[in-house]
Parts: sequence; structure tokens; C-alpha cells
Amino acid sequence: MTAADLAKAAGLFLFAALLQVTLVTSVNVASGHPDLVLVLLVSIALLRGPILGAVSGFWAGLVLDVAALQTLGLSSLLLTFIGYWAGRFGEATSRRSPHPPLVAVALATVVVIVGAAVLHFMLGDTVPLSHVLGPVLLPSLALNSLLAYPLYRLSGRLFQAPVPERREAVLLV
Amino acid sequence: MLVLLSVALITIYFRESSGGALHGAQRIGVSVLAPFEIAAERVARPFRDAYGYVSDLVGAKEENAELRAEIEELRRQVVENETAAQENDELRKTLNYVEGPRFPDEFNPVVAQVIVRPQDVYRQEIVVAAGSNDGIGRDDPVVTEEGLVGTVMEVTGNAAKVRLLTDQQSAASALVLQTQAAGIVVHGTSVNSLILDRVPKDQLVEEGNIVVTAGSRAGKYESLYPRGIAIGIVTAVSQRDVDFYKRIQIAPLVDFDSLEEVVVLVAKARK
Repeated sequence: MTAADLAKAAGLFLFAALLQVTLVTSVNVASGHPDLVLVLLVSIALLRGPILGAVSGFWAGLVLDVAALQTLGLSSLLLTFIGYWAGRFGEATSRRSPHPPLVAVALATVVVIVGAAVLHFMLGDTVPLSHVLGPVLLPSLALNSLLAYPLYRLSGRLFQAPVPERREAVLLV
Repeated sequence: MLVLLSVALITIYFRESSGGALHGAQRIGVSVLAPFEIAAERVARPFRDAYGYVSDLVGAKEENAELRAEIEELRRQVVENETAAQENDELRKTLNYVEGPRFPDEFNPVVAQVIVRPQDVYRQEIVVAAGSNDGIGRDDPVVTEEGLVGTVMEVTGNAAKVRLLTDQQSAASALVLQTQAAGIVVHGTSVNSLILDRVPKDQLVEEGNIVVTAGSRAGKYESLYPRGIAIGIVTAVSQRDVDFYKRIQIAPLVDFDSLEEVVVLVAKARK
């Protein structure tokens, strides 16, 4: 993770979070909507590892919470965890494989929605589970999955995965 | 470390008052971000309008026929209402009738653009691009042309957070316009539905009745809303032997999913 990566991620997530709160949340299917920030975060963490993923997640969550005047730290907690996990997931799976973005985005969507339900329950916001699982989880899962590949490709252009150093073998005779 | 920091932020934010350090920092953050949010909202509006246009096309023909029938009915009611209103004004003058703040005469409307919409199903809150610099204060009622939207719950210099009527922590004392049956409007079983609660079983309420704010003034616990703001239309009424009150479902008149602009009512007396 370089300073340039951090600066790029900070700018990108500031833009994405503003877009998320002003535009993307209006695109409702049942009660679910696409999560641009989450899909971008998973894509970048898959490409650049858990440290950039966690730091980006924390920053993105902070911007979301400030912009929407929500409880500070709530989105940061969830997105920090997701960023770190997706980075580890990316390290464990081949970055050349076409499948990790879809699998990681789908798992991250489920974790974020269930995690948000648990955190809100702990803070006293009680919404019946049936309101979350059907109308929110399924549409969000579908919409985020649709975004997974385009945003993964975009992230790939912005954040090239580090090329492993070439090691030359020296044959000693 | 970031996880611990997040947990610390949640804990402190949740425990401190709205004048606390984190709330203050958040308000500064909102003041900085608000111009960007307004700009993003302006850029996004044509796309959202296009999305809304396509969504509205579905079922537009059927809705058109219903609306035409409704217009005919409303035209007839307008004539009746105007006659009744004139008669009412004359009677008030005759009786020197004293009443609470009248809507909308005793309020200054502040029209504000919605820059942040509800982010999840847990909290039905929006952020508008007007704040204390425009005279807006905490607990000010927020309306649209269609009816009641909610109340201001937090204010910064150039933005305000509004708790929608559909939030689980919202409640408004209300009346059924046709029968004067009184109750409390609270959030319903689905995200954008409402319930008129606490209406005794002996009160008459029918489908199609209009529910408006009661503007009740009982001692120091007066309603935040002025009397007579439309809330919704009764869609279902039922009652069971084991219940104390009627079960009344309301369809809100305001479309909470597509709020673009709202009007914050600032009491003239305060200003």
C-alpha cells in the first residue's frame, strides 16, 4: 500500500459515498438498493489486499455516516471488517480467476445487511427480520451482483494489482 | 485498531448529547460536505427523474382513469368546502374564537431541497439543504403539498436532518376529518405504511376517510404539528374482541420514496 494508493482511495470513496447518499439510494427495488461503496470496496480490497481494504472501508464508512448524519462509526465498523475480509479473501484466491468478485460481493452484501440488522438491534432500532431478509437482502444481493464485474474491472484500471517481482535463477556451475 | 476506533465512535456518539464533541464534529463535516451533496444532487436529478419517469409509466393508464374520477369528485367537494369555509370564518368572527397556531398562516415556509434520502430500513430520515441559517430549528414540522412529512430532529448551519413520519420513533396526534375520531399516527407494518392507533372501538372510521393532524394542545405536551395538515387516507379498518382499539391502516399522501423538495414550517412567533 503506497501513499498514492491511499490518496486515490480517499478521493474515490469520497466521490462514491456522495453518489451513494444522493443518487444510488433512490434506485429502489422493493426496499433494497445497490451499494456502490460496498462493491467498490470489495473490488479494491480483492486487488490490493486487506490493509488498503480496511483503511478504505473505515474512511468510506466515516464519509457515509457524516454525509447522511447517521450514528458515527456504524458504517465504518462494518466496512472496515468487510474491507479487511475481502483483502484476505483476495489473497487466498487467485486474482486471475473471474469468480472472486461475484462471490466476495455476494458474501459481503449478506454480511453487511445482517451485520447492520444486529448493530441496529443493539442500538434499539427494532425492525422485523421479515422486513430485512426478503425486501432488502434479495434485491440488494441481485443489484450488487450486477455491479460486481463492471466495478471490479474499473477498480482494476485504477488500482493495478502489484506485479510480483521477477526472480532470476542463477545457475552456478 | 480501526475496528476498535469504530466501536469507540459508536459508543461515544450514542451516549453523548446532541451538543457533544462528536455531534459537533459531524455537523462541521456536514457543513463541508453539503455543497458537494447539493452539487451531486443537481447532477443526479435528471437521472433520477428519468428513472422515476420509467417507473411511473407502469400502471399510468389505470392510474389516469382513477385520477379523472377523483377530479370530478374533488371539484364537487371544492364548491361545498368553499361555502363551508366562508361560513366558518364568519362564525369564528362572531364568537371571537381563540385557537392555536393556524396552518399555514402563522408559519414561514422554508423550501428546502432533499440532499440525502433514507439510507436503510432502520431509520427513515432525510437531510435537507437548509438549516439554522434559514431560521430552521429542532422540532419544526416539515410538509409537502401532499401532506405531512415529519419533523426536524437535528440542525446544522446549512443542513437539517428530518425524521420522516414513517420512522419507528415518529408519532403524530391525528383526527379523522369526516368523523373527528382521534388517535395517534405511527409507523405501519411495512416501510412506507402508517397506522392510526388508539382509536376507541366506538368511534366511526371508514375506508377512504382522510386523516389530518390534530394539533392537540394538552398542557405542556402540545403537538409539534399545527392542526389540519393532511396525513393519509384510511385503507383498512378492522377490530377484534381482544383489542382495546380499532386497527386502522393508512396510505400516506406523501410519497416518501421520491421526495425532492420539502417545506419546513418555521413558526412566525419564534422567528
